[in-house]
Amino acid sequence: MRSRWLILVLVAVAIALPWGFYDWGHHRHAGFLISMLSQAGMMIILALSYNMLLGQAGLFSLCHATFFGIGGYAMVHFLNAAGKDELPLPMEVMPLLAGLSGLGLAILFGAMATKQRATAFAMITLGIGELMATAALMFHHFFGGEGGVTTDRMIDNSLFGLTYSSGIQVYYLIVAWTLIAVALMYYLTLTPLGRMANATRDNYERAQFIGYDPRMVRFIQFALSGFFAGIGGGLYAITYEIVTFDALAAPLSANALLMAYIGGTTVFGGPILGAILITLLQSGVSLLSNSWLVYVGVMFIAMVIFAPSGLAGIIQAHGPIKRAGRLGRLTLPYLRLVLPALALLLGFVGLVELMSFLTIGAAQGKKLVLFGNAIDVHATMPWVISAASLVWGAVWLRFAAAGFHRVWENLSAEVRR
Amino acid sequence: MTALSLRDVRKNFGATEIIRGVTLDIAPSERHCIIGPNGAGKTTCFNLISGRFPISSGEILLNGQRIDTLQPHKINRLGLSRSFQITSIFHRLSVFENLRCALLWSRGYRYSFWSPLWRQKALNEAAERLLEDLNLATRRDIMAGLLSYAEQRALEIGMTIAGGASVILLDEPTAGMSNTETDYAMALIRRVTQGKTLLMVEHDMKVVFDLADTITVLVYGQVIASGPPATVRANRAVQEAYLGALEE
Ligand SMILES: Nc1ncnc2c1ncn2[C@@H]1O[C@H](COP(=O)(O)OP(=O)(O)O)[C@@H](O)[C@H]1O
Ligand SMILES: [Mg+2]
Repeated sequence: MRSRWLILVLVAVAIALPWGFYDWGHHRHAGFLISMLSQAGMMIILALSYNMLLGQAGLFSLCHATFFGIGGYAMVHFLNAAGKDELPLPMEVMPLLAGLSGLGLAILFGAMATKQRATAFAMITLGIGELMATAALMFHHFFGGEGGVTTDRMIDNSLFGLTYSSGIQVYYLIVAWTLIAVALMYYLTLTPLGRMANATRDNYERAQFIGYDPRMVRFIQFALSGFFAGIGGGLYAITYEIVTFDALAAPLSANALLMAYIGGTTVFGGPILGAILITLLQSGVSLLSNSWLVYVGVMFIAMVIFAPSGLAGIIQAHGPIKRAGRLGRLTLPYLRLVLPALALLLGFVGLVELMSFLTIGAAQGKKLVLFGNAIDVHATMPWVISAASLVWGAVWLRFAAAGFHRVWENLSAEVRR
Repeated sequence: MTALSLRDVRKNFGATEIIRGVTLDIAPSERHCIIGPNGAGKTTCFNLISGRFPISSGEILLNGQRIDTLQPHKINRLGLSRSFQITSIFHRLSVFENLRCALLWSRGYRYSFWSPLWRQKALNEAAERLLEDLNLATRRDIMAGLLSYAEQRALEIGMTIAGGASVILLDEPTAGMSNTETDYAMALIRRVTQGKTLLMVEHDMKVVFDLADTITVLVYGQVIASGPPATVRANRAVQEAYLGALEE
């Protein structure tokens, strides 16, 4: 089966990639890459566990980071206890404890939130998120206030004799737990609960008349999703050795939503794509630009409007055409989209960056440099060029997209026949 | 003991009383049809019996047990299953998955998140058999929302009987079907409700008089006649209120 190969390739890449950038001269790993990949692992768990709610159960939660965060905070305390020999558990099984912490809290909050569905559910979760964020600032003993809590991951207790002193060892721990969590979450989709979660998403009323209490389905699904989020948070604590407010606050909940949605909520693997993409943007583009969040936001809006089934949905839509062996007929139409899309993108990025350098950049004393030339953000020319490129690209793309649409519709009709 | 009993059941929506004291007794394995003009309250009766809405007063008993305060899923677990006049299926799940879902509870899977569905041989075979019974085998993996109207109606019936409930409520199962589709659906209903108690709302008089052991006529939230087809047909009040107009 092809998807099996895809999984193997992904795992192989995840394991091998750090060595592709290994600095053999200094015997050093590329720290930036390792931390980016580690981050991707946690975010995959976060996004997938979020999609257990959004995509699989139709539950729009606004407090998912709560369970990620609690896993992180709990992990810090577990590690500290382990460091003092009060918790004789090997490092490799510690994330399980973080997961159980997430589960516990999700059972508590889930009992409240899953009484409702749809909008009321979303509002309760919003309240829970705010409640936890406030609690994190209030209860210093556990949450450490503004500064958060810190730990030392070298607890000197490992099944494999590892010290976890280096990032690469932690990374492989993350790879292992990400694999475990993804596999378990996939397994869940194949069980009666997983299927009934889909069923109550589609039609909660009908579910009642075949013997199921939709509320119970929501509750168990919510609790389990909290378990996995907790594991993600545990890995976060191990990686950074510090957990602050950020790990459970609303922006991370929004991020979970963003990743799941952009990746695609209708396909199991969609959120994995989203998590990887957003992590790349976060680590990559954020180095280059102050405005990376603007790009993520615009991308999100564009996805909601033009591709509500996300990246995975777009890929999936090509399935029937590919099976009919006609994918080649889309090459040219796709190529025709490239130039106008590029023009639109450049114009947009140009304007955003000009704006950002005019304000934030000036405050930071930075200069906009393009191809080695400093660009004067107060001159008219850069603005005119960017705006023209944006408008021209947009108009052209409209035409090109209409053409593409025609080809696509024709092909789809042919394939259906 | 009766399979299903309604004792002076009333229901108001706001100030208007829609069901105005309905009393009904349905014997085990009886095929009981409810007829009546549009807006008479037939669907509302089903909603009350199946627990979708709470009743305003009265009693409903299933096999001698009070069910009028129970939630729908509890009533279903006691052996009462219903279909909907407006098709109610899991539209983004495949036809096969729809039927399998409808089988799950009665086969004891509850909220299991540990048993893998693909390894439940008996369950999967039962779902496949249902597919065959409903003549939907060729549509097995299609999303239920994409089925034709008649196919969705067949699926609706299939999901209703899947759990093996002893009392089946069908709300206008053949509405909107062509003659051949109706014939097929009725043959299907006869087959799958063999030995069960059937309560059915139906507009097609031919179907009703063919199938029913007992007919109840509901007009304006009240039972105006109830009995064997011949008696109901001969009933003056019914002829005036309802049948006469239809049979001309
Ligand atoms: N949920 C509801 N709220 C208010 N009125 C309702 C509701 N459901 C049904 N009714 C009213 O009850 C009456 C009976 O409806 P219904 O039971 O659907 O009739 P039938 O199925 O016999 O055609 C109608 O007048 C309808 O408007
Ligand atoms: Mg009706």
